[in-house]
Amino acid sequence: MTDQAPQTEAQTAHRSLYAPDARTRRRNAAERRFRLYGLIAVAVGLGFLAVLLTTIVRNGLPAFTQTHVTLEVALPEAVVDPAGTRDPALMAKVYTFGYEPLLDSALAAAVAGQGIDTDMTPARLGRILSAGAPAQVRRAVLADPSLAGQSVTFRLLASSRVDGYLKGRVARADLAQDRNLDPQHLDIVDELRVAGIVRRGFNAGFITGADASESRPEQAGIGVAALGSVFMMLVVLALALPFGVAAAIYLEEFAPKNRLTDVIEVNISNLAAVPSIVFGILGLAAFIQVAHLPQSAPLVGGLVLTLMTLPRIIIPARAALTAVPPSIREAALGVGASKTQAVFHHVLPLAMPGILTGIIIGLAQALGETAPLLLIGMIGFVASTYPDGVASGFLDPNSAMPAQIYEWAKRADPAYYERAWGGIVVLLVFLLGMNLIAVILRRRFERRW
Amino acid sequence: MSALWTLLAVLALALAGHLLGRARAMSAAGGDRRVLHSLPVHHGASVAIAAAVPALALLLIWLAVQPLAVDARIAASISPEGRSAELMMSDIRRLAEGLDRATAAGRLTPAEAEDPGADMGRIRAAVTASGIPLGSAAGAPELDAAQRYRALETSGNLLRTFAVLGLALLGLGRGLARIRKDFRARNIVERAVRRALLFAASVAVITTLGIVLSLIFNTVSFFRLYPAADFFLSADWTPRFGGGSSLGILPLLWGTLYISAIALAVAVPIGLFAAIYLSEYAAPGLRAIAKPLIEVLAGIPTIVYGLFALLTVGPLLLRMFGPGSLGWMDAASSVLTAGLVMGIMLIPFVSSLSDDIISAVPQSLRDGSLGLGATRSETVRQVVLPAALPGIVGAVLLAASRAIGETMIVVLGAGAAARLSLNPLEAMTTVTAKIVSQLTGDADFSSPEALVAFALAMTLFVLTLGLNVLALYIVRRFREQYE
Repeated sequence: MTDQAPQTEAQTAHRSLYAPDARTRRRNAAERRFRLYGLIAVAVGLGFLAVLLTTIVRNGLPAFTQTHVTLEVALPEAVVDPAGTRDPALMAKVYTFGYEPLLDSALAAAVAGQGIDTDMTPARLGRILSAGAPAQVRRAVLADPSLAGQSVTFRLLASSRVDGYLKGRVARADLAQDRNLDPQHLDIVDELRVAGIVRRGFNAGFITGADASESRPEQAGIGVAALGSVFMMLVVLALALPFGVAAAIYLEEFAPKNRLTDVIEVNISNLAAVPSIVFGILGLAAFIQVAHLPQSAPLVGGLVLTLMTLPRIIIPARAALTAVPPSIREAALGVGASKTQAVFHHVLPLAMPGILTGIIIGLAQALGETAPLLLIGMIGFVASTYPDGVASGFLDPNSAMPAQIYEWAKRADPAYYERAWGGIVVLLVFLLGMNLIAVILRRRFERRW
Repeated sequence: MSALWTLLAVLALALAGHLLGRARAMSAAGGDRRVLHSLPVHHGASVAIAAAVPALALLLIWLAVQPLAVDARIAASISPEGRSAELMMSDIRRLAEGLDRATAAGRLTPAEAEDPGADMGRIRAAVTASGIPLGSAAGAPELDAAQRYRALETSGNLLRTFAVLGLALLGLGRGLARIRKDFRARNIVERAVRRALLFAASVAVITTLGIVLSLIFNTVSFFRLYPAADFFLSADWTPRFGGGSSLGILPLLWGTLYISAIALAVAVPIGLFAAIYLSEYAAPGLRAIAKPLIEVLAGIPTIVYGLFALLTVGPLLLRMFGPGSLGWMDAASSVLTAGLVMGIMLIPFVSSLSDDIISAVPQSLRDGSLGLGATRSETVRQVVLPAALPGIVGAVLLAASRAIGETMIVVLGAGAAARLSLNPLEAMTTVTAKIVSQLTGDADFSSPEALVAFALAMTLFVLTLGLNVLALYIVRRFREQYE
C-alpha cells in the first residue's frame, strides 16, 4: 500500500522512524476505526441478545406467581345440597352461580374480621375474587360431598386485576375506567395482604393448567398446550427419525451419480429454505382438504412439522455419515460383508451420535415453529381440557405451546401478555433442555478420527 | 375386519413367514449354515418381504380407491331434486358415518340401521346423539342411499380383507417354496432395503411436488374466480367476506419488501462487521464465547421475536415517535417495528455464513497483503472481502429470502393495514401476514377471499425459491477456487 511518491533526501533526513508521519497516522486511525466498528457490531449483537433475554425473564417470571385469597368458606347444606342426600349427581344441580354468594359473604366476613370498615356490599366486594373461584369450591364439594354443612378453608384465585396490582402491573389510576374493580377494593386488598389473607405464591396452575376464557387470565395455564406440543413432537420423532436417517444413508452411501440423485439433492437443499408458512399451506391442502384429517389435531401438526424438519435433519445426518472414515467401510467389505451390512453394522452405529444431535436440534426448531400451525387451525381454539387418552391426544383438537402464546398475545387484556411471556419462558426452558442434551450427546459420544 | 386389523394380520403373517423361512433354510442346509448362500436371517426376511409388501401395497391402493368407487356408484344412483348433488352426497356420507357410530355405541341395533323402512326421526335422534349433526334436508331418499352406501362399504371391506390376506398367504407360500440352500436371499433383501432407502429419500421430492400441486390447483381455481391481472396489478387490497373484494397484491408486496429492506439494513452491517471482527481480529477466547452467543439469536423461535416486537419494541418506538413526543407515529405496530426486530433475528444468519466464507479465504492471501505493508483493515477491505464477496452476496440473499418468508414477526409487529406508503412509522402488512389472516378460522375453499391465500403463497414460494437459486448460482459461479 505504498503508492506515495519517492521522497527526497531532505525529507527523510529529518524523520525519525519512531515518529509516524501524517499518512501513517491516518492509516493507523483508519485501522483503529475499522476495528472499533467490528467490536461495536459484536457488542450490538450480544447486546440485543442480552436485552431480549432480560425482557423475556423480567416479563415472564411474574406469570409463575399468582395471588390467592385464603378464606374460610361456610358451605351450608341448604345451599350446596338442597336434597340432603350427599349424592354428587344431585348436588351437581347447584351451579357455580349458587356458590358465588357463599364466597362473597366469606370474604365480607374476613374483611369484617380484620376490622376493616367498608360500605361495599358483599357482592361488590366479591369482585376481588376470580370469576373461577366459585367453580373451584364447587369442584371440591362435588369431589367430597361430606364437606356440605361444614366450614372449609380454601385457597382461592384472586381476580387478575388484584393479581396485577400485587405485581405492579395495575395501578390505582388504571382502575378509573374499570368496571370490575375500584381503588377502594385495592385499599381492602392492601389491608388483607398485611393480614396474610391475600398472598402471592408460586403458580403451579400456570405450568399444568388449561387455557381459560378471555375474561379469566388468572386461570389460564400452558399445560394442555404443552401436552399438544409433546404429542406433535412424538409424531415428528416417529416419522422424521426413520425417514431422515434412511434418506441420508441412501444419499451418502448408495446413491448412484445420476439425474434422480441430483434432483433429490437439489430438492432437499431448496426445501430447507422454503418459508415455514408454505408448509402450513401444504398441510392445509394435502392433509385437511384432500385427506380429510381432523383440523387442529396434533397428528396433522406433527405431519406438517415432519415435512418441514426432514431436510433439516437429513443435512446434519449426511455430515455425520461422511465423518466416518472410509477405512471402516473398507475393512468391513474386506472381511466379506456386503455393502448393506457394512453400512448398517458399522458405519451407522458410529455415525449415530452425530445423527441424534442433528435430530434433537431439528426437533427443537420444530417445537418453536408457529406459522404452519396457524394455518391448520391450532389457534383460536381454547385448549381447555386434557385429552382423555393417547388416541385422543393425537386426534382431538389441541393447541401447541407457540400457538398458545400467539393466542394470548392477541387477547386484549394485558394480564394475558404476562401469560404470553411466561409461556415463552416455558418454551425456552424446553428448547434449552433439548439443546443441552444435544451438546452432551456430542461431547460424550462424538469420536474424532 | 377393519383396515387396522388387516394390517396387523399381514404383519403377523410376515413375522410367521420370517420364522418359517429361517427354519426352512436351516433344514435345507441340513443344519449346517455354512453351506447356505445367505444367512438364515436373510432367508426369513425374504419370505417376510414376499408376504407383506404386495399385500400392504394392495391394502393401500384399496383404501384409496374404494371410497371413490363407492361414492361414484351412489352418486350415479341418486336423484337430487332441486338440491346440488354435492350437498346431497355430503348428507349421505354423514348419515352413513352416523349410522356406523350409532350402531357402535349401541344406540341402534344393526338390524334397525339396515331397515329400509326405519323411522327417520328415530334415526336422526340416534345419529345426532352420536355426535354427527345432520342437515335438515336429510330424509327418506338420503336414508335409503346411506344404507346402500353402508352395504357397499361393508361388502367392499369384506372383499378387501380376503384379497389382502389371500395375497399375503400366496406370497408367504411362494417365498417359502423358493428357498434352497443356494437361493440368493440376501440379494433380494438388500435390493428391498435399497428401494426403501430410495423411497425415504424421495419424500423430499414428494413434498415439493405436494407443495407445488396444492399451490397450483388452488391458485388456478382462484384465478377462475378473480382476474389475474387485477391480482398482480391492482394497488388496492380490501377483502370483504361478503363478496366484491379487491385483492391486489401490490401493497402486500411493497410491505414485504420494505420490511425486508429495513431488516437487511440492520442485519447486514452488524452481521458483516461482527463476522469480520470475529474472524480477523478477535482473540480466540472472545471468539469462542461471542460466536455461539450470537448464534443463539438464530435458535430463538420467531414467536418470541413477534412478542418482542409487539410488546417491547413497538411501545418503545411509540414513546420515541408517538403522540406524546414527536407525533409521527399513531400505533405501536409499524414497518420499522417489524423491520428492526427481524433485523435482530437475521444478524446470526449473515454473521455465521459470512464468517465461514471469510475463514475460507486462504491465509496466504492475507500474509501477502500484510507483507506488502498493508494494515489489517486494508487487507480485509482490499483483499479478503473481494475474495469472499460472492459468498457474502449469497449469504445476504439467503437472509433476504428468510426475511420475505418470515411470518410471526410481521403478523404481530407490522399491523394489518395494506397500504403503499413510504413512511416507515406507518403500519403496513405483508404477504405472509395476509396468508395467515385469510386462512385462519374456517376456510372454505370456494371463496376468492380464502383462495387468494394460495395465490399469495405461490408468489411467496416463487420469490423465495428464486432468491435461493440465485444465491446458490452466485456462490457456484463466482467462487474463487483455492487449491
